[in-house]
Amino acid sequence: MRLKIRHRTRYVFDHPVSYGLQQIRKTPKSTHQQVVYDWTTRVAGGRKELSFEDHHNNIVELLSFERDATELVVTSAGEVELSNTNGVVGRHIGPAPLWLYRQVSARTRPGPAVRALTRAAEGPSDIERLHALMKLVSGAVAYEVGTSHSDWGAEEALTQARGVCQDHAHVFIACAREMGFPSRYVSGYLMLDDRVEQDAMHAWAEAHVDGLGWIGFDPSNGISPDERYVRVATGLDYADAAPVIGMRVGGTGEALDVEIEVAQQ
Amino acid sequence: MEHEGIFDEMWGRDGVLREPYARFNAWFEGEDPKRLRAKQREAEELFRLTGITFNVYGRAEAEERLIPFDIIPRIISAQEWQKLSRGIDQRVRAINAFLHDIYHRQEIIKAGRIPERLISGNEAFLPQMIGVSPPGGVYTHIVGIDLVRTGPEEFLVLEDNARTPSGVSYMLENRETMLQMFPELFSHNHVQPVQNYPRDLLRSLMACAPQTASGKPTVAVLTPGIYNSAYFEHAFLADQMGVELVEGTDLRVVDGRVAMRTTRGYKPIDVLYRRVDDDFLDPLNFNPDSRLGVPGIMDVYRAGGITIANAPGTGIADDKAIYSYMPDIVEFYTGEPPILKNVPTWRCSEPEALAYVLDHLDELVVKEVHGSGGYGMLIGPTATKRDLAAFRKKLKARPGNYIAQPTLSLSTVPIFSRTGLAPRHVDLRPFVLVSPDGISTTPGGLTRVALKKGSLVVNSSQGGGTKDTWVLEE
Repeated sequence: MRLKIRHRTRYVFDHPVSYGLQQIRKTPKSTHQQVVYDWTTRVAGGRKELSFEDHHNNIVELLSFERDATELVVTSAGEVELSNTNGVVGRHIGPAPLWLYRQVSARTRPGPAVRALTRAAEGPSDIERLHALMKLVSGAVAYEVGTSHSDWGAEEALTQARGVCQDHAHVFIACAREMGFPSRYVSGYLMLDDRVEQDAMHAWAEAHVDGLGWIGFDPSNGISPDERYVRVATGLDYADAAPVIGMRVGGTGEALDVEIEVAQQ
Repeated sequence: MEHEGIFDEMWGRDGVLREPYARFNAWFEGEDPKRLRAKQREAEELFRLTGITFNVYGRAEAEERLIPFDIIPRIISAQEWQKLSRGIDQRVRAINAFLHDIYHRQEIIKAGRIPERLISGNEAFLPQMIGVSPPGGVYTHIVGIDLVRTGPEEFLVLEDNARTPSGVSYMLENRETMLQMFPELFSHNHVQPVQNYPRDLLRSLMACAPQTASGKPTVAVLTPGIYNSAYFEHAFLADQMGVELVEGTDLRVVDGRVAMRTTRGYKPIDVLYRRVDDDFLDPLNFNPDSRLGVPGIMDVYRAGGITIANAPGTGIADDKAIYSYMPDIVEFYTGEPPILKNVPTWRCSEPEALAYVLDHLDELVVKEVHGSGGYGMLIGPTATKRDLAAFRKKLKARPGNYIAQPTLSLSTVPIFSRTGLAPRHVDLRPFVLVSPDGISTTPGGLTRVALKKGSLVVNSSQGGGTKDTWVLEE
């Protein structure tokens, strides 16, 4: 399957930005299940300072605001050819040691609720236990847009019993790490069958199983990622893989508008 | 002398004058103690004037306190120094190899020489450094190795300072003061110079510039500002090197580089000698509340646009939990047995070690793994019963937070007291520069002296003083 993706983020400020930076992770990488074609990042109201690959092997770009900008528009676009690997991402690559993904991070710190859910995840094999976990996570956290906070961790989402894909991923990761699996957060794009226009990126999780390598789990949809899923960035939790991390001086009164189009070619 | 069994660097164990001090002693005996006392006062006045002060945490009433200076030099022979500097060189080489390995393939863990948990569970490990190769392959551009001496041939490493070691300004000012006070002493004794340190530091930093640097590399010193306890040193070193002293607010990312504000616009920096801790270095990548750092500097660093000295994440090499593995680390990376020994160390995270430490608490020194400056430590032999009981509780609650060491009979060097020469315990921090051109240790270093009789705590925050440290020419 070949997808055409366009992701436009537009910030408008009441008062100009005198200085500011944005660290963005919006560029997918070619892997054995996805091949990226003609990917571009265009910036209006700012400029691209540099790019590098971080310790999770993500492509990172650093943007700066033009002096006294009142508007910044970042448009990422390109095409991705995907194949279905039934969620199998494969062996661990990249500079980080596998043990890093066993580490507890701010948003995946386990509490009583995470531990209880972990105990309920049973199955005869690693894979089956992880699939059982995925079902438990979807059951325990109702998908409700706009009711959770982006700074929630796994324990809060579970206690509140509601959230979005980000919360599902955090709960799954926290539990999988409790079960002893290296686990990580994935941000990316998902082709939806019924529409092209979307207002947010998607998020899911991956767990590392000996002998198989990394395997994806999307608790929000109750499946392992297939050829509709484009992996963009990974990390210990949302904070490592967030599409935008920014700082600025000035620029109060921000209005943000996100347009994402994911269309099958 | 009066201290039975303790090695005095001037008088040995049996009161026989040792060779390195022969010329000094001849001079000293010919001096009028009254004149020396006046000189001692003059030296203190000189320090006050040059403004070497040191802020002591938790002492609001004495925010700027003078570190006492003692006029009796500590003297090390050329042969003693040769062995010492070879040992330091080897250790620093190993530290750099260790840092590269830990942030890349982690062969030492795979080889089973150190446990994975030592790194994975360590707060000083900086994941953002994984896969980063600093320009020139140098992680620790400036190192301070804290040594103690227990005998004529026995130097032990007490601590490695691989983050941002301070104190070099005292080494320089102490020598400057001695040269001014007692010029005649330096014509009798051939003392290896330390005054070239700023020039050597600048040359060493320039040699570590990234490949993006064109022409003569631009170096700057980043300070947290005037409220930092070592601000004087930051200003002093920038001045001595003839480079800009900057604060985070003077810097920003311009054209993919870190640049400093000047009267003629922004000028890119090639090498930043930073005296700001990792956590505060970059609010975009680390502590977002930091006002001391430069947003995006880690991004520029990772893209190869700047050298940060010392590299972020070097704290993993001087952590006290790692310290006890240093002999293995030295051997693993250099293939040689360590020239300099460690102080024997019990890791309280290990149940057997903990049991031993709890049983012998009144004989041991117990330190926090992440502590520094002599805070939060227990000195068993001088502790009260209540202190011991309280520490026992702390140890049991968080054993992994502590290491223990025997109380060593540290060597003494005389100080000039009211009643003449009196032995006091000392340690030594030599300063080491690392660049792709090699490793060099300035002959001498900072000698810290416990001014209280019998005291083993030399930290300036705990009432210690300093001495000029001489390494004699051959």
